[in-house]
Order: sequence, then structure tokens, then C-alpha cells
Amino acid sequence: MSRLGTIGARLYRGEIGYDFVRHRKFWYAVSILITIAAIAGVAIRGLNMGIEFKGGAVFTTPSTKVSVTDAREYAEEASGHPAIVQKLGNGTMRIQVAELNTSQAAQVKSDLARDMKMDIDKIGAELVGPSWGKQIANKAWTGLAIFMVLVVIYLAIAFEWRMALAALIALIHDLTITVGVYALVGFEVTPGTVIGLLTILGYSLYDTVVVFDGLKEGSKDITKQTRFTYSEMANRSLNGTLVRSINTTIVALLPVAGLLFIGGGFLGAGMLNDISLSLFVGLAAGAYSSIFIATPLVADFKEYDPQMKALRKRVLAKRAKGEQADGDQTEQDGDPQDTVPGEAAVAAAGPAGVVEQRGRGRGRSSGRRR
Amino acid sequence: MAAPKRGRRPTGAQGKPGRTLAFILIVMAALTGGMFLSGDTSPRLGIDLAGGTTITLKAKAEPGKENAVNETNMNTAVGIIERRVNGLGVSEAEVQTQGSSNIVVNIPKGTNSEEARKQVGTTAQLYFRPVLNVAAGGPVKQETPAPSPSSSASTGTADKGKGDGKASPPPKASPDATAQGRAVTEGLKAPSPGTSGSPAADSADKPADKPADKPADKEAAAKTPAPSTPAASDLEQRFTALNCTKPEERSALNENVKPEDTIVACGKNSADQWEKYILGPAEVDGKDVDEAKGQLDQQRGMWIVTMDFTKSGSKKFEKITSKLSQQQAPLNQFAIVLDGEVMSAPSVQQTLSANAEISGSFDRDSAQSLGNILSYGALPLSFEEQSVDTVSAALGGEQLRAGLIAGAIGLALVIIYLVVYYRGLSIVAILSLLASAVLTYSLMSLLGPGIGFALNLPAVCGAIVAIGITADSFIVYFERIRDEIREGRTLRPAVERAWPRARRTILVSDFVSFLAAAVLFAVTVGKVQGFAFTLGLTTLLDVVVVFFFTKPLMTLLARTKFFGNGHPWSGLDPARLGAKPPLRRSRRTTAPTEPKEA
Repeated sequence: MSRLGTIGARLYRGEIGYDFVRHRKFWYAVSILITIAAIAGVAIRGLNMGIEFKGGAVFTTPSTKVSVTDAREYAEEASGHPAIVQKLGNGTMRIQVAELNTSQAAQVKSDLARDMKMDIDKIGAELVGPSWGKQIANKAWTGLAIFMVLVVIYLAIAFEWRMALAALIALIHDLTITVGVYALVGFEVTPGTVIGLLTILGYSLYDTVVVFDGLKEGSKDITKQTRFTYSEMANRSLNGTLVRSINTTIVALLPVAGLLFIGGGFLGAGMLNDISLSLFVGLAAGAYSSIFIATPLVADFKEYDPQMKALRKRVLAKRAKGEQADGDQTEQDGDPQDTVPGEAAVAAAGPAGVVEQRGRGRGRSSGRRR
Repeated sequence: MAAPKRGRRPTGAQGKPGRTLAFILIVMAALTGGMFLSGDTSPRLGIDLAGGTTITLKAKAEPGKENAVNETNMNTAVGIIERRVNGLGVSEAEVQTQGSSNIVVNIPKGTNSEEARKQVGTTAQLYFRPVLNVAAGGPVKQETPAPSPSSSASTGTADKGKGDGKASPPPKASPDATAQGRAVTEGLKAPSPGTSGSPAADSADKPADKPADKPADKEAAAKTPAPSTPAASDLEQRFTALNCTKPEERSALNENVKPEDTIVACGKNSADQWEKYILGPAEVDGKDVDEAKGQLDQQRGMWIVTMDFTKSGSKKFEKITSKLSQQQAPLNQFAIVLDGEVMSAPSVQQTLSANAEISGSFDRDSAQSLGNILSYGALPLSFEEQSVDTVSAALGGEQLRAGLIAGAIGLALVIIYLVVYYRGLSIVAILSLLASAVLTYSLMSLLGPGIGFALNLPAVCGAIVAIGITADSFIVYFERIRDEIREGRTLRPAVERAWPRARRTILVSDFVSFLAAAVLFAVTVGKVQGFAFTLGLTTLLDVVVVFFFTKPLMTLLARTKFFGNGHPWSGLDPARLGAKPPLRRSRRTTAPTEPKEA
């Protein structure tokens, strides 16, 4: 841990670091690939919508010795519809019957109680009309839209519009990935999932905000100096807050993981699991995107700002001069025009925390004018 | 306490950490004390944790009444559904609107949920039926001749029932009828024209001066035997045996009732006593009422209910009132029956058509509620069952246990991580988490009775997820402090300098979380709201705890030797954090040694 502390310090001071901004093209590509995979997953495999979205009934029985096969038989006999039966960790059963309307369900419930020889009052039943799920989904979309508008406005006020835009892109990215994971893995989508998805909104941004805050601070007086371009500054800030983002993400994930693995283990399925699963995926995506996507995007947007362009010119001019003056660049950073391609992703470098290497010709370096 | 501070004197609450801490501890103690005093020592549990049934309904406007799904109608529907469900003898059932078009009914365990569902799903029926007989609400001991085509002599007086131990006055339409009254205290007449004062003694009905025992009239009232009129004796028996004080008997009354039947019904009079009625076939129904409202009659200074009828309604109403106004009490009464329960039974003194007013011993609430019932009794809304969720008590208990275990494990994991990473500093974090927990728990317990907050499974989830949000704030602050130490500062100034920066981050990110929770709360229905509510609450509490607890505690601890001198285990050891030694040790850190020239 003490080593971590030291690493934290060196990251903070920019003695070591990973050039997120310079390698942004690579990470953008990674993200675009994942996103395409996610969209393709949804398009091809579709989402496995739970009973709540199709209408039907879910019966939860107390702990029982009845086998899954028997229970399925009973349920199908009683309802005339195919049934999905899961035996949960604690011996209880979850019997789902699709397309059962609410009035038929009562009959099915009593038949089940009779066949499985249990007290009817002990059987829990969740009956869902076909439009219930649609309603939840509609409300979720509404909420999503409202939230996005509000949060963009807020971030534009608290930070600036470029950051707001970058945060929004990162947010959409997180949501897409989460939905994609659901499609690809075939997890069931329930109202709980929708809750989880909507919660990711706030949470994914939490992380982004922590990073942006450091970014804003770092770039406060950026135009008054000529050592770093905006992109380099952004990268420094990002490295400086890296420990913080990683820690906040881990700490946020821990309880969710507890919910997911323990709550799920006890109940096997249900609300706890649904919420925590989508949260878990979304949080992980959110942590990734705030570092690899949101910040580089801000840097990209910023570089179009005339002020920043002027700064870049000044910085480069000064560097060129410095290089002529002495080749031993004690405080060089960014990438001079003729860097030797290195390969270490993380290596000790100048104080800007910028590794002296180009991303293997991947994209232009940020320090080059087009 | 007041150790002399060096350097800039921080202002405000930050300057007096002891006081701030004392303040928040007092608040916590007060909340906890309030919790024990009010006897609500644990949060109210929702249906999914305590067992019971939740029914979610969605309002659908009838064709041609697209804008019928509005707040007034929804609230009326809630009132009607609440009456029905609680008529089953469930006193705990909760009926609430959610969002713009949903109604959620929570029925605790121990109720026949099937029965409840039947009651909840149907549309309310409002009918105007002529009164054939009235009696006190209890079972009647002696035979009371009920008016029917076969029995001719009846004054409509029933013996005092002892069912509820309280006798109601005999149903004579006597001018002494006042608030202690009878249903007859309500009279139905044409609305008085706006300005002219109307006769005063309206609240007491004058008996009609017609001789009562005109057989012809009798027949007029009780004729038109409906196709399915049960044998009179049967009706009488049921009437005699009926005990209106028992909810189950009341709810049984409304089963399979057709408008054209002669029925037995219950209703409360203005003195809140149950009474039972025999009512003739429905003459006018709720759809015939165009609009009704409870309003204050300025001249007489009393509350009345005015009714306007539709075109076809006016015709029917005219017909029936001309008949009834000829009758003696109680046969001149007109029962307004909602879902088989008599809401009001005004007597009729004149023939009325397009509009009428009911006067009697109304107060504001009762007038408005009768107005609502008349306007919307036959709701312009029909409801569709969206979901019915029945949770057995055992399952609920299990879900709660799983949630709590998951929460405990989540908390433990977070604490372990903090201890490993932040060493001594984690004491601050753990104490702050505890403070958060105490505040959250006591507020939830107090909010139960306060605003009807019930802890459901998603709300438990929200609370667990919030552990992370809360701990994140500490991390932001701790990391800031460490950054300051790395700059080479000693702890005390580091704590103070780190605060404003950390504060900003915490506020912005918590605001975003809160915004998400608020939006979620505003647009969602059902269980999701519980989740959003907890998330929002804990986010707010997070800000409170960080400002009033974590920060002052940190300030105080910075004064101790253990932390202040950066003990290796304090988590603030400059050497471990890789602080820059004050001495210049050029390790390629800063320092451009550039020739200064442009």
C-alpha cells in the first residue's frame, strides 16, 4: 500500500503517467468497437425481456422438495402455457408463466398449491399485465431524456459546454455498453434492470465529474504559461486524479458487488440481482469512459478553441527553440517532432507525465498541427 | 478546544470544529430520541418486505373523454377505491396515485387478496334510487313491515336497532332534524336564484303536507317491480338480518347487483351512524349528472351541493322527483348510491329537472366530497390492472434478510478497503459512515408515519448503493489532503487547504447524483420510487455528514500527535505518500533552467 501511496504521489506530480490523451484514438477505437458490438448484439440477439414486459405471472413458492421438472409440468398443466422454472439457492422456486392474464393467474396459483402440496398463502405471485412493462420503459425513456437535458445544462454551467458534451457522450456510451452486455449475455431485462440503468446515469457522471473537476483546476491559468498544451495539461490532471477515480469506483462497486453476489446467492434472482447487475456493468463502463473517453474528448474539443490553438503554437515554438538550444531536454514534454517510437506504455518521462513515444503511428500526436 | 491556530483563520463553521461536531451530534441524538419517543423505532416496511399485495392500476379514459385522466378524477378514484378496499375490513390498505395516471393499492397481509382485487378493479357505479325503507344499521329484532307491493301500511319507521349500541332517532321527517340527524336532514330542491335569499329553515326538512298513507302513492313508489325483484319476504329477511356495522356484510351487499333490482343497502347518516335501506330500482345513474359541486351558499352561510343534469338526465330526474315529491317520508327520499353504499339520501320537496341543490348539515368537506362523488361517481375512467404482486410474509422476510446481509457485506467490504488503503484515516471514514447510517435510519423511521415512506426492497438497494456514494466523498477529501501533503505541507494547513477544493467536487458530483434520483423519482411508478427516494435522501445526508461531521472531525484529528505528525499508521505519513522533502532534491522534478530570453 505504501507503494501505492508513492505511485499516487508520482502520478500526482506527473513523474509517471500514461498518456491517455495521446492514445485517445486507440481508446476511441476500442470504445467504438465495443459499442458496435453492443448495438449489433441488441439488433441481432435482441434483449431477453422478462415477464414484466410481456405480461404473465411469476410465482414464488416456499422451500420445497418438488423437482423442477415436476413443477414445470404442474405449471404448464394448470396454465396451458410454457413455464420457466428455476430452483433458487434456498430451496424456493420461481415459476414464470408468460402470457397469463391476471384473472387466470389466481386459478393457476391454487392449482399449483394443490399439486405441490403447499399452503396457498405461502405462494407469492406477481401478475403483470402486458402494458406494465411498456409503461415502465416509457417512463424510463422520459426520465432519461429529462435527465440528460438537465445534466447537460448543469454541467455546462458548473464547468463548460465542452465538458458537458463530452460527459453526455460518455454517458450514452456507458448505457449502450450496459444494454449491449445484456443482449450478448442474455440476462433477463426486468423493471429492476431499468432501475439500475437509470441509476447508472447519476453514477457514471459522478466519476466523470471528479475527473473534470481536476481538469478544470489544472487548466485554470493555462493560457498564462507556455509549457504545456491543453491536451498535455488535461493528461496531467487525469493522471493526478487517477488514484481518486480508481478508488471511488472500487468503493462504489464493492457494495454493488455485495448485492450482486450475496443478495443473488441468497435469493437466486429477483429485484436485488437485477438492480445490482446492471449497476455493476454500468459502473465499470462509467469508470472506464470517464478516463479513456470523456477527458480525451474534452481535450479534442478544446483544441479547436482559438485560444488553445494560439497556446499550442506558442508552446511548440518555444519547444522548438529549446530543442535547438540544447538537446538534453530536461523539461520537455509533449512530443517533439521527431520522437523515437518507444513501446513502454508507462515510463518515467518528463514532468508532463507524457511518455516519450508515439502510439505506433496510431493517429497523430497531439502536438502536431494538421 | 481553542488551540491557537497559526496561519489564516478559517471562517464560519470550519473555524469551530468542536461546535460543529457537537451540533451534528445533538441533531443525531434528537432524531434518535424522536424516533424512540414516537415509538417508530424501525422504518415501516413495504409490502414486498412485510408480505401483502400490491396492485398497480392504470387509468384509461373512456372514448370521448380523453382529458378525463386528470388530478380531480384520479383523487376521486383513489377515494372510491380506498372506501371499497377498506370496506373489506382492511384498515391498513393504502391507496395512492403515482405519476399522472397510476393508482397503487397496497394491501397488507392477512387480507383476502383475491377479494380485494375484485373490489379494486371494477369501475364505480353511481345510481339514484328511491328509498323504500330505512332503519338503524344494526340487525333489527322485531319484524318491521317493509313497504312492498304486498304490505301497504308503512310509515317507514323501523325499530331502533341495537346493532351498534346506538339508537338513531326514528326516521320521522321532523323539523327538529339537525346535525344529530338522519339522512333526511338533507333536502333536495331547486337551486335558489343567486341573489334572493331563500327560506331559512332549509336545513330541517318540512314534512310534505300530503297525507302519507295514500295507497296510490305507495304503489307509485314501490311499483315498477323490476324483472328480478326478489320475493318481498326474502328482501325483508335480508333487510332485517343485515348488520351494517360489519364490513364484510356491507361488501357482500354489492355483489351482482343490477340497477333494475330492488336492493338492500347501507349508508352512514350525517351523524356518522350506519343505517340500512331498502331501495327501489335505479332511476337515474351517475352518467346523467353533468356536474356537481359542493359550495358555500353565501346567503344562508351554509354548505350545499349543486347538481346539473345532462339533457337525458334532466328528463329522468324530472320524472322521478315529481313522483317522490308527492310522498311521505321516508318514501320521498332519494338515495344516492355509490357502489352499493348510500352516500346521501335527501328528501325531495318539489319536482326538479335540469338542476338541483342538496342542502342539509354539510360542512365543507362533506359537501365537496358529495359533489365529487356525484360528478365522478361513475368515473369517466376505467382502470386496467397493470400488475398484481402478492408476497407471502415468509418471502418478504427472506428478501429483507438478504438485503440486510448484502448491505452488511457491502459495508464491510468498503470498510476493509478504506482501512487497508487509508489506515488511520479510515477511522474518520468509518465514523462518518456510522453517522450517515444513524441519520438515514432515524430519518427513514420518522418518515414512515411522517410522509408514509415505506422501505421496500429497491429502497434497501438504494441505501446499499448509497454506501459507495457516501464513501466516495471521503475519498475525494482524503486524496485532496494527501495531495497537499505531497506538496510538502504539514497536516493542519493541508486539511484546511484541501477542504475548499474537495468541497467543490463533492457538491458538484452529489448534485448530479441527486438530480438523477430526483428525475427518477418524478417519472417513475411503483417500486422504483422507493429506490429513487432513498438514493436522493442519502445523497443529501452525504453532504450534511461531510460538511458537519467529516470535516470538523478531520480538523480535530489533525491536532493530535498521531495524525498531525504523520505517524506511519495514520495514513498521512509524508514519507509514504512520497511528499516532496522541503529540501531541494532535484529529481527531475520541476525547474526549467532555461535561459530567460524571449
